[in-house]
Amino acid sequence: MAEKLHFSLVSPQRELFSGLVDQVDAPGAEGDFGVLANHAPFMTALREGQLRVHNNGQVTVYDIRGGFADVTPEGLTVLAEHATEAV
Amino acid sequence: MASLKEMRNRIGSVKATQKITKAMQMVAAAKLRKAQDAAQNARPYAERMAAVIANLASGVSGDGAPKLLVGTGSDRRHLVVVATSDRGLAGGFNSSIVRAARERISSLLAEGKDVRVLTIGRKARDQLRRFYGDRSVGAFEAGGNPSLTVAEEVSAKIRELFEAGEVDVVSLVFSRFKSVVSQTPTVTRLIPAEVAAGGEAVDLKGAAYEYEPDEAAILEELLPRNITTQLFSAMLENQAGFFAAQMTAMDNATRNAGDMIASLTLQYNRSRQAQITKELIEIISGAEAI
Repeated sequence: MAEKLHFSLVSPQRELFSGLVDQVDAPGAEGDFGVLANHAPFMTALREGQLRVHNNGQVTVYDIRGGFADVTPEGLTVLAEHATEAV
Repeated sequence: MASLKEMRNRIGSVKATQKITKAMQMVAAAKLRKAQDAAQNARPYAERMAAVIANLASGVSGDGAPKLLVGTGSDRRHLVVVATSDRGLAGGFNSSIVRAARERISSLLAEGKDVRVLTIGRKARDQLRRFYGDRSVGAFEAGGNPSLTVAEEVSAKIRELFEAGEVDVVSLVFSRFKSVVSQTPTVTRLIPAEVAAGGEAVDLKGAAYEYEPDEAAILEELLPRNITTQLFSAMLENQAGFFAAQMTAMDNATRNAGDMIASLTLQYNRSRQAQITKELIEIISGAEAI
């Protein structure tokens, strides 16, 4: 995968992640979706569920509850009311 | 002139006070660092939230726009939310917030508006009750550390009042944490939402935004959250400012106590020496008389 996606995950308490990744899968209000680099501008509410971040063959999973995903040409921003890294 | 014993006691009590203020200063310094980190960590969320709302707000207009964003069209009934800390001993920190709130309220009253007051923090409640007790619609405690739960409760209360049509405009008074030596009381507007001035929309490179479910539904959910976020970050800023003010106040108090101890000790030594001299004179003149 040549291009990387700029992804940041922020909750009211802190910024959990910010950096370049390959792909992010998120639980959208109207269905799960994946975001790669150069995704079309897109905004959606999120369901309670798991956010999977793929980078260099590794997957990091976050549990999130209540929030929004905002995709712009600059990258993906997830604003989550509650977010924790799943173990 | 106080007796020597009285002066010794006095010095002892000032020393004990100094120990307390010194300890409070160090505790405040340690807590300040934590509060500052918390305020810093919360900033990205608030900034992104503001950016997203600015982005959405540029897209919706007219009658369909949510009331939380554009207001009710009237500005007769105001709600002023005043956030302070629960505790005192922080110099003029809380008083300056309350003063800013009172200025705001009296200028609104002078314009003939109807004003209600909602307080967060015990100090705001206690200091404002005297003036605007009959206008109070609720009082919340800030709690030890700013928690999202309290912000959510307050936010729910505000929305309840707004939706019931009891208020048109909601503003928030808190202390913005500029630096350790400077905290300024600030007034911001919660409803209608203050859309970041100069917050230019993101360049979409020709593509159109897609919304799921749709713009209005997203805004509908986002705006209440934005109020919570603003309340929460105001509470965090307050907390950091409170500890900074307390640290400064306690530092001053410790220094004052030091000065006082020095001057009392000097006075004590002088009177002690005066008494010794007096006793010697008495003995010598007694011996000479024989």
